[in-house]
This record gives sequence, structure tokens and C-alpha cells, in this order.
Amino acid sequence: MPNNSTPKILPSEITDEQDYLNRREFLRLAGVATAGALLSTACQADVSNAAATAGKPAGESNFSGGSLGKLQKSPFSTDEKPNSYEDITTYNNFYEFGTGKDDPHRNSKDFVSKPWTVTIAGECDKPGAYDFDDLMKKSTLEERIYRLRCVEAWSMIVPWVGISMATLLKRFEPNSRAKFVKFTTLHDPEQMPTQRRRILDWPYVEGLTIAEAMNPLTIMVVGVYGKVLPNQNGAPLRLMVPWKYGFKSIKSIVHIEFTEKQPLNTWQISAPQEYGFYANVNPDVDHPRWSQARERRIGTGLFGEKIPTLMFNGYGEHIAHLYSGLDLAKHF
Amino acid sequence: MRLLKTLVFVVALLPAAKLVLASFAIAGLSLGANPVEELLHEAGEWGLRFLLITLAVTPLRRLTGMNWLIRFRRMLGLFAYFYLVAHFLIYALLDQRLALGPIIEDIIERPYITLGITALTLLTPLALTSTNAMMRRLGSRWQRLHRLIYPAAILGVWHFWWQVKEDIREPLIYAAILAALLGIRVWHRQKGQNRRVATPVD
Ligand code: HEM
Repeated sequence: MPNNSTPKILPSEITDEQDYLNRREFLRLAGVATAGALLSTACQADVSNAAATAGKPAGESNFSGGSLGKLQKSPFSTDEKPNSYEDITTYNNFYEFGTGKDDPHRNSKDFVSKPWTVTIAGECDKPGAYDFDDLMKKSTLEERIYRLRCVEAWSMIVPWVGISMATLLKRFEPNSRAKFVKFTTLHDPEQMPTQRRRILDWPYVEGLTIAEAMNPLTIMVVGVYGKVLPNQNGAPLRLMVPWKYGFKSIKSIVHIEFTEKQPLNTWQISAPQEYGFYANVNPDVDHPRWSQARERRIGTGLFGEKIPTLMFNGYGEHIAHLYSGLDLAKHF
Repeated sequence: MRLLKTLVFVVALLPAAKLVLASFAIAGLSLGANPVEELLHEAGEWGLRFLLITLAVTPLRRLTGMNWLIRFRRMLGLFAYFYLVAHFLIYALLDQRLALGPIIEDIIERPYITLGITALTLLTPLALTSTNAMMRRLGSRWQRLHRLIYPAAILGVWHFWWQVKEDIREPLIYAAILAALLGIRVWHRQKGQNRRVATPVD
């Protein structure tokens, strides 16, 4: 039964309640979800009850989609109109659940993302296994409305909910040898059907330089549209680096390692001539098989016109300095 | 036979009808979040399917002795061409919105597009000479000309193969079917059984 449904939160911990996550609500939902995953039929009553309180249709037993409460706004958010929740949650690249765009939302329905442990290792003073809920307890949830540009030349506007990556990573006290951060996705062929076939070198791995990871734009995403992150979008936590192609923003992370050497990311292993380590959005450097100069904005229908792709996906003012002196055509 | 032909005609149009309905969100159908891509992919796949079905007619006729199958070959081939022209038009009109620069750049610089356009170009004279009158006029040259369907099909599968990212299962299936269909012909020829009689077509 829910083992953390009545969390003890000190009043001092509840900072500026209006602007921040309503943690009590978050944890209560989290607890219910654990129960829901373990005892989906036995706990049907509790679950539908909680779902109703959270403003969801009663009877929906999946935790994904629960409300995250009040969120802090961010100056980094774009004022472009976000894509619909449906587009964001039915058009996904998440190869672990299938290579078609509609595979992830169909094949990830029973994915268990609670409880969830993230292990921290490498060049830091606080390695260890951390419970996702414990990590979230101490975090300020922000809404970040970002452009998302896929390497396949389509894009979306997504209202992510996340926490500052820098704040999160500093908690593990990386040392001076930590030059890169390596992220790893869950490896669980039972739950992730495509991992039973070797189309990629599982588990999925991505990496950032420590400066990229610590940049204020970089966030760890735990939700979308004010709700808990759906499984097909990388529940319970995924990276978001909005100036890079989407494949850099690794999903369902179970392992974070601070390294001295540049990690090899999965797509680079798979096709080094097509995908590099940096993968910065760049309209001037084409993919060997298609142009990156323009992109199709999802949601513009049959007659929507492709729009020009922006250098660094339009985020250059915040991050271009990270690449001064780097030949971006060579380090694609 | 007339009834059967009408039936095949209607069935062959069903995928197109479904796509048209979905384009206008009729009958609860939808093209999803990226409708242009969905149309492009569906038309391309149906074009390739009809190409392979057309190539299956002769081996099937030889294997089963059902010679009347040949009467469907022209219609099936024209449906392949129909879906592939639609595929090209979706690319040119909806995907590229007739932006000539990018289209030409694609054709020259993207090998998979180069393959696709070559395949479609090879198929065009076949569609144009598919009438009885043309068949009579060209005589034995007609058959030689229509062997262009073999390289076109190979290029079509190759084009599919080159545009997928990592999961080559689907193009692999099409490649295997094409290899079988061409293999049967080679085998047949080696057995010296293929007396090429000018095929009677209605
Ligand atoms: C015999 C001729 C052709 C055949 C058999 C063919 C077949 C296909 C197939 C099966 C697909 C993949 C569909 C999927 O992934 O489900 C495809 C994709 C595509 N084809 Fe063709 N095609 C042909 C000609 C052309 C031509 C002439 C063009 C444009 C000039 C073209 C442009 C494309 C494009 C842009 C894609 C999508 C690529 C992507 O999504 O990244 N094709 N085609």
C-alpha cells in the first residue's frame, strides 16, 4: 500500500507555496501511483479517487498525467504557441518502445516508472543511489516552454516541467576532473520491447560537456503541460537541451556519471558519419541524407509551410559562447 | 471477368480513399500529428506494394497455370504508377510546396531522392505505352521496354532502404520479396522454359 502517501514536510520546507510545486499533492499522487502499479486492480478505488481529486477522469489508473500543481514561470520560455498535448504525446521518437512515431504511446502504457532509482557515479563526492521522489522533494519545478527540433527536420513547441540541471547536479558535488556528464536510459527488455532487438547499442547513452550540463537552459524534465511526464515522453525523468537535436535529450534516465573523457553517445556509435557528440541544431550543416535548413512544425496541418531552422534552435545568445573556436561543421 | 476487374479496381482504390478521408478528418480517420509525412509514407508504400504485386503476376500465372491473371497486370501496374505519382506530388506540392531550389538540391544531393526520381522516370514510359494501341505499335519492342520495371523496382526498394534510420526490417521484407520475384524469373529462364510468346492482353 502507499508507503509515502503521508509525507512529513516541515513548514520551512514549503517555500513560497504559491509559486512552487505543491509537494504534498505530488507525493500523494506518487504514493498512489506506486500502489497503482503494484496492485492495479486491488487499489482501483483509491486510484480513481485520487485521479478525480487531481482533476482527471475517474478510473484512470496510470500515474502519468497527474497534475504537478503550481509551477514557477521562466524567462527562458518562448511565447510561441505550444503544440497540443495530443501531438506531444502521440508523435514521439523513443526507439525502446518501437521505431514508429505512434509506437511509444501505444507500447509504453504499462511501463512502471515508480518507484525509480537514479544511480550517480564517477567524478563526484556524493555518488550513490537516489530515489526519484527524494530528489524531487528538494526541487523547484519550473515551466519551460521550449522549441524542440528533431534531427529528422520536424519541430514542436513543448511546455516542459523541469528542474534546473545545474542545481540537481551540484547536489552530487562533481569534482574538478568532471569534464563530461554521461546519462544512461533504463535497460529492461521486458518492458522496452525494442531492446530485444539490436537495432541500437542498448542501453541508450547520451553525454554533455559539464559546461553544457550546467548551462541555465539545460533542465531535467519531469512533466509536460503541468502534468507528470507521460511514459512515451521519457518518464519519470529525461534531459532537455533545447539547442541540440532531440536525440540528445535522453529519456527515462537511471544512471548519471561524471567523467573525465568524452562519452560515446548511442547514435554516434550507430552511425558516426551522421551523428556526432555535439548535435547542435545547425541549419548550415546538413545531415548526410537530408537538409537541415528548414523544418516542419508539427501541428501546421497538410498545407503548413516549412520554416527556416534557427542556428542553435534560436538559443544562441545563451550558449553560443560554449562553442567559440570549435569547427561546427567538423564537430556536428 | 468484368465484375472481377471492377472489384479489383475498387479494392486498389481503397487505400487512396482512406487517405483522402483521413486528410479531411472524415469518419473519425486522422493522419496524425505529421499529416504530410503520413501521406508521403503511405503513398510510397502502396506504390511499392503494387509494383511488387504487378511483378508477382507472371510467376503466379506460370506456377498455377491461371493464365487469366495476366488480364489484371496492366491495371495493377497503373495503380503502382498512380500511387507513386501521388507520392511524388505529395513531396513536391505539400512537403516542398513547389520550392524549386530545394527540390532540385534534393534530387542532386540526396542519394535516396536521386534513386526515387530515377525509378519514377523509368516507370513513366511504361505507363504511357500501356494502351493497346501503343502495344500494337511497338510490337516486340514493347516487351523489351517494359522490362524497365525490374530496375525501377530495385531502385524503389533501394530508395526505401536508404531513407530509414536504423530499423531496416521493413525495407528488408520488400527487398526479400523483390529478390524472390526476380529470382523466380532467372530460374525460369535457366530452365529454358520461358518461350516468350507475345502476351495476349485484353
Ligand atoms: C519507384 C519510385 C518510388 C518508390 C517505390 C518509393 C517508395 C517509397 C517508400 C516505400 C518510402 C518509405 C515509406 C515509409 O517509410 O513508410 C518512401 C519515402 C520517401 N520517398 Fe519515395 N518512392 C519512390 C519515388 C520517390 C520520388 C520520385 C520522390 C521525390 C522526388 C520520393 C521521395 C520520398 C521521400 C521524401 C520519402 C520520405 C523520406 C523521409 O520520411 O525521410 N520518392 N518512398
